[in-house]
Formats: sequence, C-alpha cells, structure tokens
Amino acid sequence: MDAVAHDDDFRQHVRRYLYVFYALLFGTLITVGASYIPFGDHEINIGVALFIACSKAFLVAGYFMHLLSERKMIYGLLAFTCFFFAGLMALTVCSFADFPTSTFTH
Amino acid sequence: MDIPYTVHARPDTGLYNAKVGIWLFLASEVMLFGALFSAYILLRVGAPEGFWPRGWLNVPVGTINTLVLITSSITTVMAWASCKMNQFGRFKFFHACTILLAITFVCIKSYEYHDKFTHYEVIFKDGRIADGHIVKNDPKADSVTISGHFVADRKELFDLVGPNAHHPHEEIRIPRDQILRMERYGPWHHTYLAIYFTLTGLHALHVIGGAIVIGFLWGPGSRMWKTDRERFTNRIEVSGLFWHFVDLVWIFLFPVLYLI
Repeated sequence: MDAVAHDDDFRQHVRRYLYVFYALLFGTLITVGASYIPFGDHEINIGVALFIACSKAFLVAGYFMHLLSERKMIYGLLAFTCFFFAGLMALTVCSFADFPTSTFTH
Repeated sequence: MDIPYTVHARPDTGLYNAKVGIWLFLASEVMLFGALFSAYILLRVGAPEGFWPRGWLNVPVGTINTLVLITSSITTVMAWASCKMNQFGRFKFFHACTILLAITFVCIKSYEYHDKFTHYEVIFKDGRIADGHIVKNDPKADSVTISGHFVADRKELFDLVGPNAHHPHEEIRIPRDQILRMERYGPWHHTYLAIYFTLTGLHALHVIGGAIVIGFLWGPGSRMWKTDRERFTNRIEVSGLFWHFVDLVWIFLFPVLYLI
C-alpha cells in the first residue's frame, strides 16, 4: 500500500515536472520574441530578457533541483552564495566609477 | 570502516554526504560563472558607443540549442523519478535521451564555433573593408575568396540587426598583395568574442563533463542498481543537480550573448 502511495506521489511530481518543462519552452520562445520588440529603449529589452531568464531559472532551481522543498542546511549554504555573488556584482557596479580604460580592442 | 551517511540522510541535517558535496560544488560554480559574467558586464560597458556587436550569433541556432538543453533537463529529472518508482527500463531510456541531447548540444555548439572560425574581416591596403566567410584560402594561391560584402564604415560590422544591417552576399576574390590585415572571428578578434568563447567554452566543458558522468551512470555505473538501489538513485539525483545547474547557466548565457 505504501509503495502504491509512493508511486502515486511521484506520478504527481512527474506531472509537475512536465508543466515546468512546458513553461520553460514557452519562456524560451517569449525571450526570443521579446528581443525583437522595439520597446524604445534597449535597456528595457535587456531588463525583459533578464526578467524572463530569472523566472526560468526559478523554475529550474525550484522544481527540477527541488530547492522549494530543500533542507535548511542547503538554504544556509545558498544564502552565503547569494551574499558573495551579490558582493561580486556590487563591486562590478562600483567599478563603473573608476572604469579601466582600453578594455576595448580593435 | 564504512563511511557514514553515503546512502541515508544524517538525522540532524536531513542530507546524505553527496548532496552536501554537490551543493558546495555548485556554490563555487556560481562564483566562477559570476566572475565571468562580471567580466562580460565590464567589457560591454567599456566598449565605445556602437562598437559592441549585435546580431553576430545565429539566434535560431541558439534557440534550438536552448530547447535541446531544456529537454535534457526534463529527461534527467524523469530518469531520477523513474529510479524512485523502481522503473529501471524507463531510467535507461530517459538517461539515454539525456546523453543524446548533450551530444546534440555540443555538435550544434561546434557548428557555431566553426562558423566563427571561418568568418573573416579583411582590411585592404587602400582602406576598404570586406567581411564574410572563407570560400577558398589556399596558401599557395595568390588570392583568397570570401562570400561576403564590402562595408563603407567599419562600424557597420557591429550592428547586424539594425534597419541598414542587411548586406547581400557575393563571392569576392581578393589578391593577397592587396590585403593589409585578415583576421578570423576568433577570441582575439574582439572582446565580445573573447568573452563569448570563454563563457560558452567553459559551459561546453561542463556539458561534456556532465555527459561523461551521466554516460557512466547509464552504462557501467548502472550495475549498482542490482546491489544498492538507494545509493544508485542518490547518484542519479546528484548528477542531475549538476546537469540542471548547467542548464541554469545556459538560461542566462543565451539572452546575454545572443539576444541583448
């Protein structure tokens, strides 16, 4: 009986994975389509593309990598990663104030 | 002496060893790719106005590769779910699909690399600039032939998606003694290509590495299914986590390099 319940549980998971898969395919097509829409400012195109990418990343990490139902220790570890990643990006942004010259070739 | 928690979770953390290990590894990978994304941002922002390329990569090909990698993600998770449901045959099928999709991804990426390495910018001694793919380049011959077009201003080469971007291609025979410089679209040609080859090359190495591990678990490694199913399923989960991370990186690489 337990084994049957276990299998039913996984069948539900599989259905969810399929929905995520369809969402990812749709997200990819939306990303490409949105890149051809002239929003007026190219920065809006960049923002839209990154927003869709972040949404897709959430689906992959949350459902395929099971982060939505993961243990506390993994969350703790990822909190450190997010902190250092955010620090890295903050340093990148800060560097705009004193930009290295001649980074462009040809 | 047996190493504890290789199969069952440690009571206080609720995790088995390999799962902690893979997440630590993935955390370090986030920083590795993060550093390269940071380099990309700096190079892009540092490029003079109009000199950061747009449309240098083939969007339909990149889209197909994205779809291939997403499909490989679902087959990976299905392979793990099949193990959990004790369906070894289905596991074999789904993981075989993953391996085939990984090979497809690498083949498509190789095609794209080949396209860049056969693409040349030719600067003539009289100042003219031609751009296109090599048709004939016999070192013994006194000329090279490319399939491309001439541009009046070098800036035209950087925007291939704008309204004036479309140039009809023709076969151009160029005598060698008229060539001042001839350079293919390799990593040395432009900082965009340098970061493109670095990011996608590193990513492709991850795809190849992941495919090798998945291939091992599909082939000789799958013998463990008969002796220790739970541990084998854990291995599939861990390799799957790596594979999803590779997919996750590509989800950002695709728009950043191909679309924006």
